This record gives sequence, C-alpha cells and structure tokens, in this order.
Amino acid sequence: MTAVTQEAGAPFGAAPPPGADPGESAIVTHGLTKRFRGGQVAVDALDLAVPRGSVFGFLGPNGSGKTTTIRMLLGLVAPTAGDYSVLDLPLAQALPRVGAVVEGPAFYPYLSGEANLRRFDAADPTARGGTAARRIAEALERVGLSAAAGKRYRNYSLGMRQRLAIAAALLGPRELLILDEPTNGLDPQGTREVRSLVKEIAADGTTVFVSSHLLAEVEQMCTHAAIMRTGRLVAQGTIASLRSGLVVRVRVETPDAADAARVLGTLGLPDVRRSGAEVTAELDGRVPEQINAALVGEGVAVRGLAVVRPSLEDVFVGLTGEGFDVGG
Amino acid sequence: MSAAETAAETAAETATRRTPGLVPVGETLRSAERGPRQPAADPGTPPARMPWSFWRLLGSELGLTFRRPRNLLMLAALGVVPIVIGVALRVVAAEDGMGGIIEDVAGNSLMLTFVSFSFLVLLFMPVVVSVVAGDSIAGEAGAGTLRYLLAAPSGRTRLLAVKYVNAVVFAYAVTAAVALPALATGLVLFPAGDVTLLSGTTISMGDGLLRIVIAVGYVGAGMAALAAVALAMSTFTEVSIGAIAATIVLIIVCQVLRAIPELGSITPYLLPTRFTNFDAVLRSPIDTAAMGEGLLAFGAYILLFGSIAWARFSGKDITS
Repeated sequence: MTAVTQEAGAPFGAAPPPGADPGESAIVTHGLTKRFRGGQVAVDALDLAVPRGSVFGFLGPNGSGKTTTIRMLLGLVAPTAGDYSVLDLPLAQALPRVGAVVEGPAFYPYLSGEANLRRFDAADPTARGGTAARRIAEALERVGLSAAAGKRYRNYSLGMRQRLAIAAALLGPRELLILDEPTNGLDPQGTREVRSLVKEIAADGTTVFVSSHLLAEVEQMCTHAAIMRTGRLVAQGTIASLRSGLVVRVRVETPDAADAARVLGTLGLPDVRRSGAEVTAELDGRVPEQINAALVGEGVAVRGLAVVRPSLEDVFVGLTGEGFDVGG
Repeated sequence: MSAAETAAETAAETATRRTPGLVPVGETLRSAERGPRQPAADPGTPPARMPWSFWRLLGSELGLTFRRPRNLLMLAALGVVPIVIGVALRVVAAEDGMGGIIEDVAGNSLMLTFVSFSFLVLLFMPVVVSVVAGDSIAGEAGAGTLRYLLAAPSGRTRLLAVKYVNAVVFAYAVTAAVALPALATGLVLFPAGDVTLLSGTTISMGDGLLRIVIAVGYVGAGMAALAAVALAMSTFTEVSIGAIAATIVLIIVCQVLRAIPELGSITPYLLPTRFTNFDAVLRSPIDTAAMGEGLLAFGAYILLFGSIAWARFSGKDITS
C-alpha cells in the first residue's frame, strides 16, 4: 500500500493512521474520488480508516456520498481516483467475507424469502452448496424470519424485506458487514431489533460499517464514526474523540436564576449563560454534586440539575456551521 | 494454562464486564477472542472457490428461467402453433385437388416440423428468445438484484457467462417447444413412412428423424446467436423492455433490408437470412455448404456481440 502524507487541513478528529499496521483496518481508502459523467463529484478525496472490530458509523445527510462510497467499496462503481482496500485482500477474495446491504433490499418478488437467499448464496463462488440449507435457515432464524421463510417476497412488509436483506448479508462467516441505512423504513420496534442485532454481530468480532443519516442512531450503536458532507469527510474517529472537541455543560433549572448565575460564576465556571429559569455553564471538569451543594448552600432553589454532553449533532454543527439535515 | 484457570478467568471477566453505554473497541475485540458463538471467518487465508460453483449458479439461473410463468407461457404458446398448422393442413388437404406443398406435408408426418419452423423462425421464435436474453442483465439491474449478485460476489464475467449459457439453453428449449409438438401432431394427423424430399428423393423415416434432429441443432444455434445480440443490448440499459424491443426492432429492420433487392449485397451478413438455412436438410444429399456458412455466421455474431456485452458489462458502473 502506498504511503499517504497527511495534508494540511486534514479532517478533524482522529486522522486515519497512514502508517498503521494494515492488518488492523477492515477498510482503508486513500484519496477515494468519484466523479460521475456530467461532472458531479459524489465523493471527493476520501481518506477513511475503519478499525477491525469496530462498529463504524458512516454519517451524513442524504446525498452526501455515503452510498457511492459503499458502492465503490463493493466494486459496483469504479473510483475516478484514489485507491482502497477491504480486509487487505484483493476485492474478489474479500467480498465473500463481506456481507452487504446496499440502498435497501432488492429481491425477486415471485420467490419466497428462502428461495431468494438460495439464489444469492449460489452467486457466491466460495459458498458450499451442501451447507446452503443450514446456513439459510440460520440466517433467517437470526433475523426472526423463520416463520415467513416460505412466503413470497412480494407479500413481505417493509420491515420483513429489510430483515431479509440483513439475512442475505449473514449467509456465511463474515469479517465485515456493510449496512447502508439498515433501519430505513423500520418502525421503532424494528429499529431496536436491528440495533441489537448489530451489537450482537459486533460482539462476535465482526466489523460493522453502518451508514446512516440519523445521528442519534449512530450515537447509540457505534464505537467509531465518520461524518460526510457533500462528498467530503468532515471528521472521523471514536465517538468519544469526536465529542471531545466540544465542552460538557451543566444546566441548572431554578426560579432564582440570577443567584444561580452568580454562584456558578464564583465557582469559576466559564461561560455562564442565563435564559429565563435556566442557567448553563461549562462544566470544566467539576463534579456536578459539588455544584449542587454550592447552589443549595447559597440558598438557591434547585429544581433540576443536569450535565449536558455534546451530541454528534452538536459536533456536526460545530464543524460545518450548519444544521444536520434532520428531516432526511 | 489449565482449563479450570481459563474458566475462572472467563467468569471473572464476564463479571466485570460493563453492559450499559457504548462498548469500547478494545473490549469488543477481546470479547471476540474470548470465544465467538459463531466463529468469524478465519483471517489470512482467502476463502477457496468451490469446484462446482459455476454450475450451481447456472442451476439457479435455469431454475429462475424455467419456473417463471411468463417464460413457460411463451413456450406453451409456441407449442400450440404447430398443432394449429397441422389441423389446418389436415382440413385443407381433405378437400381434394390442392397439390403442391400442402400435399407434400399432408403426405408425411415429419414434414410438419419443417413447415412449423419456416413459419416461426423469422419472427415468433426470435421474439421469445429476445424476451429472455434481453431481460437477463437489464431485468436484474432494474430490480436492483444485480448489485446484490455482484456483491455476493458473482463476478462480472462469470455472471455474464452464466446468463449467456442460460439464454442458449432457453434458445434450444424454444426450438424444442416447436419441434416436439410439431412431430407429435404430424404423427397423429398424417401418415408415417418414407419421406419425399424437396429434391424428389425419398428417404427412410429413420433418416427423416435424423434430419429433424440436425434441423433442431441448426435452428437452436441461430437462436443462440440472436441471444448474444439481445444479451449485448441488455448490458446497455436498466429497463429490460428496452433491450427486448431493441432486439426485436433489429430483427424487423433486417427483414425489411432483405426485402429490398438493391441491397442484395448485404443480405448474407444479416442474421435472419441464415435462420431459414435449416431447409438444407431437405436436400439430398444435405446441403452442408449452406449450413456451414450459416453456422459460421452464427459463430461470428456470438463472438462479436459476446465481446460487446463483456466490454460493456465488465466496466459498467452499477448504480441501480
């Protein structure tokens, strides 16, 4: 693999380790770029490093180049520039160890769920035909579709279709699972199921690369994240390191806002702000119970006290100066 | 380390393991080492290809093609045509004094097969073959299943080869769907026995059957050549009806060009010109030169359009 020099203005957060031991990364890209005919740049000089064993959230508003990146990683779309490696193997050898859900489920509507899985299993040259029935039954069991195995795909609900796509990604032993918006179209119950399935799969040592436009979702299930915006990488690293760029604040609800603000000031907390019955300040490494004790000691009636940790949304806003496309 | 010690350590580790919140990467890795329920793939050694994997995928493809109601319906519709022709000829021949070709056919059970071929080989059979071959790549692209097949990974060249072999098998199924009902109808409606050929020579019934087999082989090869054209069209679009229509339009244009006498010089290069050369088996001896030329033309078409399909498909961005 070619060495890559870190340019000035490199993405914020933990930069991709250029000289890292190749065995430690499930996915590495260097300057990966895709320019479609017509000149539109979908992905622009992407340097991604997905550590093995991580649950890696690939975040970005719709249209920020996530799916094009995933298509390049799977060999469906040829990059215009740059290179990448998946599991440190030539792509044809890596792909049998990669399970993927790309841009939603796509199956043969006139076949049953089970027959659909048999079809895709047959397409994998490394899959053993003799064990197909067992592996298919296991995959269906894992996503809770055993009862609907014989039902035609046409009659599946959206949630069942999404789960069948995940089952197809679990047909063999996988080192890497690439899930593109796996919870799209799922109800809250389905979303929870997918989330716990992802955690379970990760606990088996499989690296999970999951794209999403839902910040909260990534925050809940991922150990690492990368944030995309209009084809460019804005930040990547562990969730904690992404958050570390922003400060933790303490928020006090009280009818004596003026007094509370004064107490927080005397405690030496920076950036005290007051609005109505709410006072906030940077926590600055203090212990919240001490702040509470100080407030109560000064006779401030405390209705509520909370430590506000920055969310990934705050990170995104802080990095780009604009809101995340929450509506999707 | 003894087994007991290991067990104790595992228990201790499990006890100290935190559940709430995010799991740090290091811990995830350790939990993987501790003993995965489903062992993840053994890293390092690339998975080996299964020796029969090509045939497994082909089997899956054939299963889809020959279980699909649309395709079965088309085959059945083709099979009805020789029966209708046979019955019509029987009725017409019953009225006296027709003579000529009708008398030839009515006089022998095997001739109906050749008559059916000449009725169907120029348009109906090509249309049916185009539907399956034109749908092969475009249909998967349109449904989105192509991206999952390629990510499986089926391999582009391998998938294209499977698709083409499948189309060739279907082309022969189309040919058989005409020949078998034609033969059966002929045997039921018309007298069996020696066959009088177009050249006036008489051959035995066994020899006649052999010539039918040769004709089936030839017509099937022609349909396989057409399938290569449709497959190439199929790699250029995500709408299967587009690929199918393009192929059918091409056939019709060829027929029109053939009908223009001034363009006689290009006629030999048009694919449909060669479809009717199966009647070489009705000469005595068999006109092997005409058949050889036809097979050469089919081979050239398969090579040319197979290359176009491969060049297009192997470098295409799959965005559906």
